[in-house]
Amino acid sequence: MKSVRLIAVVLLIAAGLAAAAAPLIAPAGYEQQFRATPDARPSAHHPLGTDELGRDRFARLLYGMRISLIMAPLAALLTTGLAALLGGIAGCFGGWTERCCMFLADLVLAVPWLFLLITVRAALPLNVSPEASAAVTFLLLGLLGWAASSRVICAGTKSLMQSEFVWTARAAGFSGFKLVRLHLLPNLRGTLLAQFWISVPVFIIAEANLGALGLGVSEPLPSLGSLLREMQSFATLRPEPWRFFPIVVLILVVTSFQVLLKKQEVRA
Amino acid sequence: MVLGCCAALAQTGGELRFCIRSEPKNLNPMMVNDDPSETIRYLTGGVLVRVNRVRQKAEASLATQWKVSDGGRRIVFKLREGVRYSDGTPFSADDVAYTVRQLMDPALHNSTADAFRSGEGAVTARVLSPTSVEIVFPAPVAGLVNLFDTVAIVSSKSPLKEMAALGPFYVADRKPGSMILLKRNPNYWKKDAQGRQLPYLDAVRLDIEQNPDIEALRYRRGEIHLINSVNAAVFEKLSADDASLVRDAGASTDTEQLWFNQTPSSPIPAYKRAWFTSTAFRRAVSEAINRDDLARIVYHGHAQPAIGITAPSNLFWFNSELKPHPYDVASALRRLQQDGFRLSADGTVLRDKEGHEVEFSIITNASSRIRENIATMIQQDLKKIGIKVNVVTMDFNSLLERINQTYNYEACILGNGNVDLDPNSVMTAWLSSGELHAWNPKQKSPATEWEAEIDKLMRAQASSMDDHKRKQSWDKVQKIAWEQEPFIFLVNKHALVAIGPSVKNAQPSAFRPQVSWNIDELALAVK
Repeated sequence: MKSVRLIAVVLLIAAGLAAAAAPLIAPAGYEQQFRATPDARPSAHHPLGTDELGRDRFARLLYGMRISLIMAPLAALLTTGLAALLGGIAGCFGGWTERCCMFLADLVLAVPWLFLLITVRAALPLNVSPEASAAVTFLLLGLLGWAASSRVICAGTKSLMQSEFVWTARAAGFSGFKLVRLHLLPNLRGTLLAQFWISVPVFIIAEANLGALGLGVSEPLPSLGSLLREMQSFATLRPEPWRFFPIVVLILVVTSFQVLLKKQEVRA
Repeated sequence: MVLGCCAALAQTGGELRFCIRSEPKNLNPMMVNDDPSETIRYLTGGVLVRVNRVRQKAEASLATQWKVSDGGRRIVFKLREGVRYSDGTPFSADDVAYTVRQLMDPALHNSTADAFRSGEGAVTARVLSPTSVEIVFPAPVAGLVNLFDTVAIVSSKSPLKEMAALGPFYVADRKPGSMILLKRNPNYWKKDAQGRQLPYLDAVRLDIEQNPDIEALRYRRGEIHLINSVNAAVFEKLSADDASLVRDAGASTDTEQLWFNQTPSSPIPAYKRAWFTSTAFRRAVSEAINRDDLARIVYHGHAQPAIGITAPSNLFWFNSELKPHPYDVASALRRLQQDGFRLSADGTVLRDKEGHEVEFSIITNASSRIRENIATMIQQDLKKIGIKVNVVTMDFNSLLERINQTYNYEACILGNGNVDLDPNSVMTAWLSSGELHAWNPKQKSPATEWEAEIDKLMRAQASSMDDHKRKQSWDKVQKIAWEQEPFIFLVNKHALVAIGPSVKNAQPSAFRPQVSWNIDELALAVK
């Protein structure tokens, strides 16, 4: 099991380094169209061939990982923060406060988020850069993803609030921020980390789903999700395995996160 | 001769299968307003004249002769004798008169009826004899005869009402969301050259399949016999598997076009509207777009650079003096400079005379990968003249709201599927008062001189019965549109079809329905 985790860590570090070094190792810009050679097979110039518009698939994969590996953890951080805030408040205060917070969480869980995302994306200003559109997509995912986590954190906080050491701390005069900082947060750390690690692959896949609907990151900027759109068509059922490299990378990245997550869960 | 020979080899009978994209909204032939319903009407409806999709000419069907008179206000049809509906009810001139009266009911909102309402007053149908009927219109109707290709004659006496069919098939069974089964009309009037009763097929099964990729897979597995329209990528895939599975029926009249929002009430900055209303700007953008690359890359070569409103495949109405807009970046830059635009020293940023960087967004529907690819290629092309383009895809309803209601967009890419070859069918797109005058719709008076000129010419062609005079007016409209480019026409797609080896007598056409247009002559080979 330790070796599996090691492989997962190595894979994630390798993916992160490759994405970070994209401008150095990519054979071309992600948007550059080699119009003389669309749908080209892998070659020395294009290690994974070119896509339907003649863009280097390897370059797009590296830049796509960049977007997904940076934005998804940021969105996960946002969603975990929101979950900690609302779940923590609900767990600490209980009563009406808890009912209000959990009603809000139920409301968010009941919202058909796909339609909400489509509507919000359609209402955004049109002249935004592809980078801004990517940020907005992940921001929306981050803002909508906290509800389930907040329930877990609320339950964890409530349990802690009933524990002996918290009673002791309160009897000793600890209250408010000090109680949260010294007793609640350290004990919720495992739960928060688990929620964070759950959210990262969820957001990568959510963006991939939006990308498959054409509503993810704007052209010409690639993401792992937008790269998967190449495989939507019947026409991709060709004996060309290099076309499937983006999905292999996505599976490896998500699986690696899941392997690490199991470790966090054990700790939690 | 060829048909006769093939027919002899073919099996009489059998069930032909193909797919329609969704559940037909209405099986009443007079209430058709969606493609699947249109397909059912085509296969079941009997019409007075049928436009031959290959020759592009009207041919006798239930009417054996017709005569247009009074400058296009009156048409008299001589009807075929001894014809019966699928349930045995006799067909007569009463049915034609009844159909016209039903069709003109304003509550139906029938597009053919709208074309018949050419002026103030009623459309009247009068029975002259059991085999002769006269229809009188309040004002001349241009392209009158071809309009009857879409008028399925319903029975005034049959207990089945509009479900009694005069076409080659009738609706025999229907499983909502799954399939529609059409069976051979035993009373169909048409016979082949050897005197054999048509249609050859016993039945047509229309499976409802929304996903074109699944449709292609089912075709590949032999579950369906044909596909009326396949996209270029699927065509290439099928062709790579077996070249005999697909055919390129040549350039269609379908177009993809880019246009800029010139609507005065739109919430876009005034300086941007000034760019979009500038002919030089639009011409420059047009010249900077490499249409050959669009056709070669996005459509895998199964498209050709568009010239204008009317495609060259529309043999009669195309203005052959017009040539494709050249791909010429230097000329585009010259036009922009003459209009006050300046390119930065490093060639990366174009600015207008007030110093604004030229940047705009192109919206298109997220469900179309092809349009997104077109937009992405245009994005790269326009970068060469310093214009920054943001490509925005959105769901179709949001897009329609922007282009039809809020006018909150800058440029848009959409396509036209031109069904009717006659210029009258695009009146509402080219009259400045039209709702589909996309770049600046519903104008109270024409915003520009050239739009006023187009209005005049469109009305002139619509009110003339002389096709050659109409052609002259339409040629001028095409030329003005070519010069002004309110729509920047990009490509004319080829009609790509899939026809299984067992289907005989198919003569695919570039016009809809591409393969099944001669359904009564299609046959299945003996196994």
